[in-house]
Amino acid sequence: MTGSERLESPGPAGGAPMLRVEKLSVRYGQGCPRCLSGDPGSLERNYCPECGAVWALSDVSFEVYPGEVLGIVGESGSGKSTVMNCLYFNLEPTGGRARIGAYDGGSADVFGLSLQEKRHIRNSLLGIVYQNPTNGLKMGFSSIANVAEKLIAAGNRNVGRMEARARDLLGRVSIPSARMKDAPANFSGGMQQRVQIAKALSSNPPVLLLDEVTTGLDLSVQAKVLDLIKGLQRELGISMVLVSHDLGVVRMLADRTVVLLDGRVIETGLTDQILEDPQRPYTQELVHSML
Amino acid sequence: MTPVLRVENLGKSFTVHELGKTIRACHGVSMTIMPGEFVGITGRSGSGKSTVLKMIYRTYVPDEGRVLYDSARFGTIDLCETDERSILYLRKREIGYVSQFLNLIPRTTARSTIEEAALDMGRSAPEAREEAEALLSHFELPPELWDSFAATFSGGEKLRLNIARAMVKHPRLLLLDEPTASLDDYSKGKVRDLIERLKGEGTTMLGIFHDLEFMQGLCDREYAMSAGNFTKRADVLAGAAS
Ligand SMILES: Nc1ncnc2c1ncn2[C@@H]1O[C@H](COP(=O)(O)OP(=O)(O)OP(=O)(O)O)[C@@H](O)[C@H]1O
Ligand SMILES: Nc1ncnc2c1ncn2[C@@H]1O[C@H](COP(=O)(O)OP(=O)(O)OP(=O)(O)O)[C@@H](O)[C@H]1O
Ligand SMILES: [Mg+2]
Ligand SMILES: [Mg+2]
Ligand SMILES: [Zn+2]
Repeated sequence: MTGSERLESPGPAGGAPMLRVEKLSVRYGQGCPRCLSGDPGSLERNYCPECGAVWALSDVSFEVYPGEVLGIVGESGSGKSTVMNCLYFNLEPTGGRARIGAYDGGSADVFGLSLQEKRHIRNSLLGIVYQNPTNGLKMGFSSIANVAEKLIAAGNRNVGRMEARARDLLGRVSIPSARMKDAPANFSGGMQQRVQIAKALSSNPPVLLLDEVTTGLDLSVQAKVLDLIKGLQRELGISMVLVSHDLGVVRMLADRTVVLLDGRVIETGLTDQILEDPQRPYTQELVHSML
Repeated sequence: MTPVLRVENLGKSFTVHELGKTIRACHGVSMTIMPGEFVGITGRSGSGKSTVLKMIYRTYVPDEGRVLYDSARFGTIDLCETDERSILYLRKREIGYVSQFLNLIPRTTARSTIEEAALDMGRSAPEAREEAEALLSHFELPPELWDSFAATFSGGEKLRLNIARAMVKHPRLLLLDEPTASLDDYSKGKVRDLIERLKGEGTTMLGIFHDLEFMQGLCDREYAMSAGNFTKRADVLAGAAS
């Protein structure tokens, strides 16, 4: 990786991407000459029949522009959450790099940084909402404390101000004030998801990672969460990576969409194009099965 | 004068992998539209009309041909070739599209459906609110519906909302796919009013119409489509331009 490379856009609209992911790979297991060759034909789905390694991701590349929402769709096990976990530094990728426009002008491969720098990026430039709220929240602590945890990590120290900010954020995701001191363990799944969103937003991150944010929420709560996300995108220009099984949600929020199959990107395009004129047989099947 | 749109030799086949079938939707489609013109496309069901419109909007990926669009921001660019980010910009700011089938944003109220379109254009929140209310009133959507989810509206109400959303942008180019299908005469009149107003503002429009009567007196020219191609050239006009 060279330090001098800058992020830029090819088309006339110009501007630099906020996030560029290049050739991201994640392998579980040793690997062998067969699967390390990188030849897509060497694997059965995402599994190497020779050595038993699982390639959760192989050469995944995409970019997200400021204020843009990128959808990631694909069947269960296709690698969607793995992408999110790599980007939030929960998982060290086997290969590939990622650059963030808001960090060092996008010139550094963030996977190659020190732990301390990664922690700084995670705390101040990224927010995540996990598919499973237990991954994102301390279930036994109060909701305010959960939000404050991220504020502290981002360097805040003033307790009064942090509580006020946490209350404000929890209010925006419609957690009643009377329940803000309750622990998420006593909340419904939808409320837990909303506490996660409040926490993710607390540091005003330019990049938000959303893994199935609306799954399992009832329709009226979904509407609130989706409204909130749309508002954030427009008012704050936050770039988002959105993983969802719900193509209605993807259609509504995502400008562009990437289709994953067995850890590989098999198609990418404008969201309406992916949904209405899918090119690859698999994408057609996926879209038809999910409509 | 530079045409707003120059479509050259556009062709598209759909491959339905499940069925192992290829459907040729259109081929060799060419047309030129000058600024401020209102051009109509007519033709039987399945002749390829919507496919042409969707290729211009880049919802469908053409197999061949070019769509040269004169953008206020980028100058003349080929919509088939340009990057997705530029297409997204043009959809926000310059090219409006009213789809044949209702494509209202799910889980969104009537008011915010229109407000959001105006905000995309860079209007301030109070402006967007004002324009949204003006359009909701113009289309005579009952005020008690303004803050309800459009998903529960009647077919005609949804349609009017769909059109209002595209019109609030005052786009440079507006693509209309059967905007008046299944509307009653009164609502059609409301749509006609707005189309005339946009025309007065210089908006270039390309529309598909079943309702030939509605087109008369509105359209400057007409292309008739049959089996994926234009059979009647636009200059052989169906007596519309007065
Ligand atoms: N420790 C591990 N060892 C081997 N394979 C693993 C391991 N962890 C995950 N995988 C595999 O990685 C692949 C990607 O999983 P991931 O969670 O990213 O899928 P997903 O697309 O998010 O699916 P879902 O829609 O079900 O959430 C799966 O095939 C999974 O079995
Ligand atoms: N997304 C698609 N996938 C597969 N085939 C398609 C798709 N869209 C259109 N077609 C096919 O292309 C042909 C032209 O369709 P199109 O929708 O353009 O017709 P149309 O002239 O708009 O008809 P109508 O007046 O009924 O709306 C038809 O045979 C149709 O089945
Ligand atoms: Mg997952
Ligand atoms: Mg049609
Ligand atoms: Zn192997």
